[in-house]
Amino acid sequence: MNIALEILLSVLIITGALFTFIGSLGLARLRDFYTRLHGPTKGTTLGVGCLLIASSIFFSTQGDGFSIHEILITFFLFITAPISAHLLAKSALHLKVDSLVPLPDEAIARKNSQHKPYQSLD
Amino acid sequence: MQRLLPHPLLTIILAIIWLLLNNSIAPGQITLGLLLGWAIPFFALQFWPTKLKVHKPLTLLKFSYILLYDIIEANFIVALRILGKPEKLRPAFIVVPIDLNSDFAMSILANTSCLTPGSLSALLAPDRKSILMHAMDVEDVDVFIHTIKTRYEQPLKEIFEE
Repeated sequence: MNIALEILLSVLIITGALFTFIGSLGLARLRDFYTRLHGPTKGTTLGVGCLLIASSIFFSTQGDGFSIHEILITFFLFITAPISAHLLAKSALHLKVDSLVPLPDEAIARKNSQHKPYQSLD
Repeated sequence: MQRLLPHPLLTIILAIIWLLLNNSIAPGQITLGLLLGWAIPFFALQFWPTKLKVHKPLTLLKFSYILLYDIIEANFIVALRILGKPEKLRPAFIVVPIDLNSDFAMSILANTSCLTPGSLSALLAPDRKSILMHAMDVEDVDVFIHTIKTRYEQPLKEIFEE
């Protein structure tokens, strides 16, 4: 493997690791549940993307033909990351998790109208 | 034709995914991919009651390009905000009114808003007229709503609903 390729791969892997790390760091640095959701969902897509491009280039240059099934992982990540974030945010709203800003009236009103106190059958 | 091949677009996408999974373009794999691409939508027809139609493929291409650019930009913005001063962030819940009709376009909008700078979809209103979003750092609510509507909703409306 020539030196230019190795440098390229190293840069990609380090960039990827850095972004994934910053995304996770967001969990510790940000101050409420809802803003914390932003770190891992957005900060890591580029990180994982870089790592996968590096993997794709590495295995493609090993002589076994092209290796592009990494694209699928990126594709699935783009689909699943927003969905899990959406569900987490939704359940947090449902449980009225504390937030730095007031929770939206709409969500609270909806919760009150839907959520009647438990009544026993007898 | 309609009964035998319910979702031509889905067939092609599934075949491509199959080829990518196998990392090969051997004729045998292409045949198998197309076969699966035909069989899966055929048997899962009940889950896809409405026909998915792309009206403007070029707009879709342009939209994907904008989206890719925004995702990369979002990564840098979020990274900077995390490394910067988290105390100075101005998070907010924002109700974004939407006027999309198809479920597919709506879910794509919710999905994309989550990958782009500073927003996260949290709740779809029961009447499907608005999405509640959480923004990480927002200066002007109207500008935020305007961006979502013109940058993402408008092209989606053109592509899937016309």
